[in-house]
Amino acid sequence: MAGLAATFGSGAMTNSIDEIEYTDLILATGTNTTENHPVIGAKVKRATKRGAKLIVIDPREIDLVKYADIWLQQKPGTDVAVINGMLNVIISEGLYAKEYVKDRTEGFDTLKKMVEKYTPEKVEKISGVPADDLKKAARMYAKADRASILYAMGITQHISGTDNVKSMANLSMLCGNVGIEGGGVNPLRGQNNVQGACDMGGLPNVYPAYQQVANEDVRKKFEGFWNAQLSPKPGLTIMEMMEAAGKGTIKAIYIMGENPMLSDPDLQHVKKELQKLDLMIVQDLFLTETAQLADVVLPVASFAEKDGTFSNTERRVQRVRKAVEAPGESKTDWEVICGIANKFGYPMNYASAKEIFEEVAKVTPSYAGISYERLEKGGIQWPCPTPEHQGTKFLHKDKFSRGLGLFSAIEYIEPNELPDKQYPFLLSTGRVLYHYHTGTMTTRAEGLTERYPESLVEINPADADKLKIADGQKVKVTSRRGSVEAKATITRKSAPGSIFMNFHFADTSVNLLTNPALDPIGKIPEYKVCAVKVEAA
Amino acid sequence: MEKKISIKLDGKDVEATAGQTVLECARENGIFIPTLCHYAKTTNVGACRVCVVEQEGARSLVAACCMPVSPNMVVRTNTPAVRAAQKMIIELLWASGDHNCLMCEQNGQCELQNLVYWLKIDQPRFEIKAPGYALDESNKMITRDLNKCILCGRCVRACNEIQVNEVLDFAKRSYRAKVGPAFDADYIDSNCFFCGECVQVCPTGAITFKQAKFAGRPWELNKVRTTCTYCGVGCQMDLYTKDNKIIKVMGNREYGQPNEGSLCVKGRFGMDFVAHPDRLKKPLIRYKKNEDFKEATWDEAFTFIADKLSKIKKENGADSIAGLSSARCTNEENYLFQKFMRAGIGTNNVDHCARL
Repeated sequence: MAGLAATFGSGAMTNSIDEIEYTDLILATGTNTTENHPVIGAKVKRATKRGAKLIVIDPREIDLVKYADIWLQQKPGTDVAVINGMLNVIISEGLYAKEYVKDRTEGFDTLKKMVEKYTPEKVEKISGVPADDLKKAARMYAKADRASILYAMGITQHISGTDNVKSMANLSMLCGNVGIEGGGVNPLRGQNNVQGACDMGGLPNVYPAYQQVANEDVRKKFEGFWNAQLSPKPGLTIMEMMEAAGKGTIKAIYIMGENPMLSDPDLQHVKKELQKLDLMIVQDLFLTETAQLADVVLPVASFAEKDGTFSNTERRVQRVRKAVEAPGESKTDWEVICGIANKFGYPMNYASAKEIFEEVAKVTPSYAGISYERLEKGGIQWPCPTPEHQGTKFLHKDKFSRGLGLFSAIEYIEPNELPDKQYPFLLSTGRVLYHYHTGTMTTRAEGLTERYPESLVEINPADADKLKIADGQKVKVTSRRGSVEAKATITRKSAPGSIFMNFHFADTSVNLLTNPALDPIGKIPEYKVCAVKVEAA
Repeated sequence: MEKKISIKLDGKDVEATAGQTVLECARENGIFIPTLCHYAKTTNVGACRVCVVEQEGARSLVAACCMPVSPNMVVRTNTPAVRAAQKMIIELLWASGDHNCLMCEQNGQCELQNLVYWLKIDQPRFEIKAPGYALDESNKMITRDLNKCILCGRCVRACNEIQVNEVLDFAKRSYRAKVGPAFDADYIDSNCFFCGECVQVCPTGAITFKQAKFAGRPWELNKVRTTCTYCGVGCQMDLYTKDNKIIKVMGNREYGQPNEGSLCVKGRFGMDFVAHPDRLKKPLIRYKKNEDFKEATWDEAFTFIADKLSKIKKENGADSIAGLSSARCTNEENYLFQKFMRAGIGTNNVDHCARL
């Protein structure tokens, strides 16, 4: 999100989900849409049936490849080079939106100079994408009237994650696709309310609606709202917190509904760090891997047992409604927070989720016009500044949030850890259709586990042949940080030399293997590239 | 601007839009024409013929779902000839399957049953001859009873045109015709993704939710609209509950964007966790490191936490405390969490797993 915020002034999906179905061209990269966002995946497929063009840039032969006009199979982690190559072709052939670039953007000359050296031939050497295919894709993208870029964690979970996102923004702006219906740069968010958690200030540097904690005027305003003195110092990110816990500078962590003991990279290390804490509080539905390490575990209501709102990937605020009673003595997360706060000496008293939302609307300008009454009629997309405002379908119409759109001249850098003699395979991690995140919910579903009962290692037939591994055979995957065992599934989805594993199953914690190297700005770990060896178990 | 044309519908002059079908125009004007195979936003196939109407000048009855409006067209939807044809069609469908409502999950919301009642049919004139297909109970999510299938093809179009999973199609011909995955495979042995769209669109009890079987009659269920808890698409869904338990999950086209009634396998079949016996039910406290958890009251838990946090803050400062809010929780909860960390504890050490 930092990438889009720097470029456009706002870090969110620029356009709406419904526009995907009716645009002229879709460029999908680093998103296995049909498995991770199936309902959007269906829209992409419907768009291609209607005649829209589809370019897929992905190292894996994902389902969407079947529907693609062009598939660029880059080596993992070479996204910046590929996009720079497309920029090179579009600029050198004069296919870019010249007036748009002149009127609405800045930094074009620097970009132009920088991408000169990313000739298709050079990019082929770096990424393995044939120069001719790259040229075709660049021309096809540039010639489309409206083109929408979709991406997900395949773009962001790299040490160059922020750079990758800025590259997408470069491409989109260069062809005048930002600020129009059917266009845009669209990060597909992986969790139901990750957009909302960010909007609400669940980040170390900002209050609700991305208002900077370091800005004195903003801080004074919130001190007034909350009747408290606030710290001007931005806080630690999740990975920095873990590190600080290990060093002993963080003594207590309060965790609401997260499972870092399965989702974070290099788990052995994370466990050691968490065990050093004086106090660890976890509130969750289940005794998760993380909760098992806690000092206090608090039982909470699931989404079906409470009222509230989620904000989806297209900034649409929608109601969550209570359908059943929570088991035992469980409380909602907000009741638990209030309970702790009141005992701690900071009074927090609310009668309902609605009352909390009314306070949210007061302090969050982009949500100011939204109310539970209005949401009864359906979701509303922020920004929605007033009760009369209809919400915003796509952002940056006529003008970017930051004024002019900023091109960023970005050089390609190699992933942090690449295969070598000892660890010859490249491991990428992600999700599969039938499961979700750390699996605490989906591995407890009868039907889902029937269809996908255990973790699988996706390996290319040629590699399986070389290693004499049969489909369904147990293999051992080892990195510099640990090793796990799981069954192999032989599939062309994985490119030769690459394997793919999911992180859903606690008994096959792939994050024992992953590399905790972080993107320096987004602080996102490089889940998509690390070096491993594979052998029959 | 869409071109408007004028047609006569059941003796009334109405305005239609060029390109519209007679069915769409009738519905806009509050005139009921029964349908079975029609499913909006998919191809009009005219397979079931139950939507037939009389059109002046036409050689025979025409299917309203496929007939485009044309200027000065005169259409009647409720003549004796139309009703006789509809009755014949429904009687034939009834007689060609095992439509035993006594043991059918769709009883009360079956579109075939509704039309039998609406057309006032006591008994089909034909001998009932069900094909005798074996049930597909191959999996824990979807049950198929093709003896109740009326070959309307909605599931085929839902699979190919809405979800574009391209698993279902027609096979064989005439009275042997059936729908299913390639090679007549059971769902579990096919490349079905179990999105459940076929169940949602099926007008009869041919494709049903396995877990919902014997779990509640349609009229006993409560329906609550909510937002799916899985990925970031934010699908709108109806949770059907009975006795404090989620029985089934349905999409609802009336809710429009973002999902227009579609769901995926997780939203549809991933709700078992809610009523799972592993759910935590009481606060747990570990009073000393390496000891086991002990069950506690909320007051004990809140006091334990508040005392410890106060002590840590006093000894090491507010920045020695950190919090992880959650992309899984509501906006309201995330707001309160960061407010507590910032205003209550006094630190900006708050983040969540957006990066993971």
